[in-house]
Amino acid sequence: MTDGWLHTIVSFVTENPVLLAIYKSVLIAVVLLIYVAYVILADRKIWAAVQLRRGPNVVGPWGLWQSFADFIKFALKEPVIPDTANKSVFLFAPFLMATLAIAAWAVIPVSSGGWVVADINVGVLYIFALSSLGVYGVIMGGWASNSKYPFLSALRAAAQMVSYEVSIGFVIITVLLCAGSLNLTDIVQAQDTKYGILGWYWLRLLPMFVIFFVSALAETNRPPFDLVEAESELVAGFMIEYSATPYVLFMLAEYVAIVTMCALLTILFCGGWLPPIKMAPFTYIPGVIWFTLKVSFFFFFFAMVKAFVPRYRYDQLMRLGWKVFLPLSLAMVVIVAAVLQFGPAAALAN
Amino acid sequence: MAAVFFYLFSGVLIASAFGVITARNPVHSVLFLILAFCNGAGLFLLQGAEFLAMILIVVYVGAVAVLFLFVVMMLDVDFAELKQGFQKYLPAGLGVGAVVLGELGFVAVGWTSAPSAGAAAASPILAHVTNTAALGQVLYTKYVIFFQVSALVLLTAMIGAIVLTLRHRPNVKRQNIDVQNARTAKTVVELKKVPSRAGV
Repeated sequence: MTDGWLHTIVSFVTENPVLLAIYKSVLIAVVLLIYVAYVILADRKIWAAVQLRRGPNVVGPWGLWQSFADFIKFALKEPVIPDTANKSVFLFAPFLMATLAIAAWAVIPVSSGGWVVADINVGVLYIFALSSLGVYGVIMGGWASNSKYPFLSALRAAAQMVSYEVSIGFVIITVLLCAGSLNLTDIVQAQDTKYGILGWYWLRLLPMFVIFFVSALAETNRPPFDLVEAESELVAGFMIEYSATPYVLFMLAEYVAIVTMCALLTILFCGGWLPPIKMAPFTYIPGVIWFTLKVSFFFFFFAMVKAFVPRYRYDQLMRLGWKVFLPLSLAMVVIVAAVLQFGPAAALAN
Repeated sequence: MAAVFFYLFSGVLIASAFGVITARNPVHSVLFLILAFCNGAGLFLLQGAEFLAMILIVVYVGAVAVLFLFVVMMLDVDFAELKQGFQKYLPAGLGVGAVVLGELGFVAVGWTSAPSAGAAAASPILAHVTNTAALGQVLYTKYVIFFQVSALVLLTAMIGAIVLTLRHRPNVKRQNIDVQNARTAKTVVELKKVPSRAGV
């Protein structure tokens, strides 16, 4: 009896493409947001463990409900809007930032066989375009606050994000050259060789993998490149004037962007949902689990870097981006293209 | 469905283009311009030109408009001064506007498509080749010389801009990272035994 109407609903949804897309979008957004809530907690816990503290441990067992408690607290507070702020732009900035961050997940395949909202041909470019739009949230927030520190910080942040986008672009090009497609699903499938973990691109493109990881730190304004909110210089960066829900949206966008970068690292360099060894016990585990494990693994590194590495100075950050990473990745594009064209093709194309 | 999105994108595009020239705050103008770009990208998507749509966002919105916004935000625009000469320049402005409008009108009336264009438009869209691959194949084979030459023009413009703005100011303290990294405790720290009541 109950199976009957459940089956009717399921078939109605799966046969209607619009409903199916809505269902997938809502599902991935909800799962993503819950995941991000625990990523924030993990970030604080790891940071605390490195510093021999306990971290949040009061709300729920081991502090498991901490992020939700924080969210409710922020949502119930009064949003303070500065008198001289440009109100519409001021409120639009965090909204834009959060929307763009979550929208990137439309093209990220979490497993094989249709586990993606939109399997588009230009998936990589779509994510790249959205991350280049993310800079506007920062600039608009900083400018609309009509205050010196946010403005300075927004200028810094914009310069930083634009700079590191260039090297990220070149790193992505090397992966695209190897995979021969802009579709994220195809990129993962191109890494599906009999060598398992050794056939993924992190080994073939090792220097690019490192550059992408460091550039991802800079692109998401994580320590050691968090010059945007260097509290010793700029108090809290472009978010100084934000409070309550708008602040939560900024914070959410920041962490969703970090998880997106971890997912990109997983897809471009670590074989997405593929198991590390193509053997019986590993292949039983569903792709979603592998994908989540890999993303969490990279997030662990993001958190550890935050705990270990002291903050860069701004001019050195710019030097690293333009004078070290850009020439390196540019040279690597030429080398990879040359090897693919003239080198032992069998070695690279498994 | 596609028609609804076409009217949505083009409607917002025209409205935001109108916003660019009517907004009082120059920063709002740039933000309207960005909205117009995004809707243009949406129109490209509807035509199936997905690569162009994404590149429009990455290049124009992600890079060019950011620089626009930078400049506009940093400018100290005095609106009173800007509006001072409004009445004086109105006739000249109207004249220029009328000429441009007239020329656009001539073009619109006298516009005909080339005889070969109809055949080109009728050629089938390749189903097995993606948009990006098709563009790449044309750019890097048939038009490779033009492609390289246009890249060279851009390179020249970039070098020109750098040369024009590069200044060598004397008496400015600069840091040499290699020298800084090469410093060791042995070369920079000197231990001295200071005798009591004698000083260094």
